[in-house]
Amino acid sequence: MFRLPANLSGRSYALLLAILALAPFILEWANQPFYLDLLSRALILGIAAISLNLILGFGGMISLGHAAYIGIGAYCVGIPSYYDYYSGWLHLALALSVSAIFALVTGAISLRTKGVYFIMITMAFSQMVFFTFLSMEEYGADDGLVIYSRSEFPEWLSMDSGVSLYYWVFAMLLLSLMFTHRLVHARFGRVIVGSRFNEQRMQALGFNTYRYRLTCYVISAMMCSVAGMLFGNFAGFISPDIMGWTRSGELIFMVIIGGVATFFGPLVGTIVFVLLEEFLSAITVYWHLIFGVMLVALVLFGKGGIHGWLSSWDRKDADYG
Amino acid sequence: MDWNLLVTQLMNGLQLGLLLFLLASGLTLIFGIMDFINLSHGSFYMIGAYFCGTVVAKSGSFITGVIVGLIGVFAVGALVEWLIARKLYRKDHLDHVLVTFGLILIFDTLVHLLWGASGMAIPLPDVLNGQLSFAGLVLPTYRLLIIVAGLLVAAVLFILVTKTRLGMLVRAGASNRTMVEALGVNIDRLFLVVFALGAAMAGLAGMLIAPITEASIGMGNDIIIVAFVVVIVGGIGSVKGAFYAALIIGLIDTLSRSYLDQLLTLTMPDNYAETAAPALSAMLIYILMAAVLAFRPQGLFPIAGMK
Repeated sequence: MFRLPANLSGRSYALLLAILALAPFILEWANQPFYLDLLSRALILGIAAISLNLILGFGGMISLGHAAYIGIGAYCVGIPSYYDYYSGWLHLALALSVSAIFALVTGAISLRTKGVYFIMITMAFSQMVFFTFLSMEEYGADDGLVIYSRSEFPEWLSMDSGVSLYYWVFAMLLLSLMFTHRLVHARFGRVIVGSRFNEQRMQALGFNTYRYRLTCYVISAMMCSVAGMLFGNFAGFISPDIMGWTRSGELIFMVIIGGVATFFGPLVGTIVFVLLEEFLSAITVYWHLIFGVMLVALVLFGKGGIHGWLSSWDRKDADYG
Repeated sequence: MDWNLLVTQLMNGLQLGLLLFLLASGLTLIFGIMDFINLSHGSFYMIGAYFCGTVVAKSGSFITGVIVGLIGVFAVGALVEWLIARKLYRKDHLDHVLVTFGLILIFDTLVHLLWGASGMAIPLPDVLNGQLSFAGLVLPTYRLLIIVAGLLVAAVLFILVTKTRLGMLVRAGASNRTMVEALGVNIDRLFLVVFALGAAMAGLAGMLIAPITEASIGMGNDIIIVAFVVVIVGGIGSVKGAFYAALIIGLIDTLSRSYLDQLLTLTMPDNYAETAAPALSAMLIYILMAAVLAFRPQGLFPIAGMK
C-alpha cells in the first residue's frame, strides 16, 4: 500500500541530524580531523543522492547519468577559478544555470522515452559530458584540474576552513532535505508521484505529466549541481572521473541501500556507503567484490534498504515499502 | 588529401564498427527478447580478452586462445544467466541496473584477483603482425583480420537468425515473447542460449581488440555505452539494425576525430577549431542518438511487430 512518508521527525533521524550538526565539535574533541573530511564527502554525496532520489524514487525516472551534474557543478568552480574568477556567487549561479539548461535540453529529449530507453539515454548523455571534458586539453582533460583556492564568499559565509566548509555542506543538506519534503507534499509532488504509479490516470485528470516530469528533472539536476559545486571546493582537484557512468551507478546504489522514495534514506545510504568504502578499502584492495556481492544480494533477497530495517523499530517515520 | 590516411581511418572506423556490432548484437537480443538491461555485458568483453591472453601465453597459439576463450566466455555467460539473470527478467529495470552494476564490480575485482592490476599484453603470431601492400596502400594485416572476422561473424549470425529454427524463435521472441511462450517453446533454454551466445560474441570482440590495446580491468565499461547507443540507434531487438548502426557509429566516431578539425577551419578561425573539434567529435554519436530518438524513437531499423 502506497502512502507518502508521514513526517520529517522520526526519532532516529532527529538524532542523526543532531549528531551531524555537532560532528565538528565531537571530532575535534576526539582529535579525529580526518573523519570530518570523510563526513564532508559523505554529506556532499548525500545531497547528490537526495537529488537523484527525487526523480528516481518519487518520480520513477531511473537516471543512470546523474553524476554528470556533479561534474558540471564541479567544473563551474574549476573553470572560472582557472581564469581567476573566484566569486562564490558566480560559481553557484553558474552551476545552477548550466545544469538547468543542460537538464532542460537533455531531459526534454530523454523524457520522451520510457523504461529501458530512459535509462540508456540518461547514461549516454552523461557519457557525452564525460567525453567532452575528457577532450578539453585546456582544462586538463583526463589529468584533471586543480582548484587552488575555494570559492570566495563574504566573511561570515566563508568556506575556507574545514569546519566552515562542513557547515556549508550541512546547511545545503538541510535545505535539500526540507526542499524535497515540501516539494513532495505539494501539489507538484503529488502529480509526480501519481504519474509514477499511473500516468494515464494523471493525464486523464488533466495534468501535462511530461511538463511536470521535466520540471522535476531540472530541479533535481540543479540540486545535484550544488553538490558538485561543493565537491569542487572540498576536493580542490577535479577530473572527468567524477562523472563517469559508474559514479552514477554508485549514486543509485546509495539511494537503494538507504531506501528509495524516503526522505532520509539517501542520506543514510550515502553515509553507510562512504564509511563502508573507507573501512573495507583499508582492509583489502578487493573491497569492490564485497560491494558487488552486497548489491546482488540486496536485490535478490533484501527489501526496503536500511530504511526498511530502521523503520521496523521506528514506526513514526514509516514510509511505504 | 592524404589517401593513405583516409584509407587507414576508414579501416579503423570499419574495425570499430564491427567490434561494436559484436558487442551490440548480443545486447540488442537480450534487450529485445528478455527485456533485460545488462550493464555487465562489457565484462564479457573483458573476460574474453583475459581468457584468450592466458591461453595464448600458455599455448603460444592465438587461434587456440580464441577458441578456448570463446568456450570459456560462453560458459561464464550461461552461468550468469542461470544463477542470476534468470531471476530478474520479471523484476523491474532498476533491479536489472543494480544487479548488473554489482556484477561489473564483481567481475572487475575477480580479474584483479586472478590476473593482477596491470594489463595483459597478448602477442600476435608473426604472420598477423605484418603489413600488406595493395595498390600503393599499406594495410596492417591484423586490422584486416579483425574486419574479415567481424564480417564473417555477422554473416553467420545473420544466417543463424534468418534461416534456422533457433533464429526463428529468437525473432519471434523479440517481437512477441508471450506468444512464443504460449506456443510451448522452452523459453528458459532459449534465453540461456541467447544470453550465452551474446556473451561469447562480446568476448570475441574483447579477444580481437586485446592484441592492439592489451587486456585491462574495466576495458569494457566505456565501450559498452557506445554499444548501448548502437542498440538505440539501430532499434532494440534488431540484429540488422545493430549491424548498420554499428558501422555508421564506428565510421562517424573515427572519421570525426581525424577530419572534423579540418572541416571546422572552413567556418571558424584555426585556434577555435582546434579546441572545438575534439569536444564536438566526442559528442557527435550522442547527438546522432538524440536525433534518432527525437525523430524516430523506434530506431532506424526496427523489427516488425515490436511493441
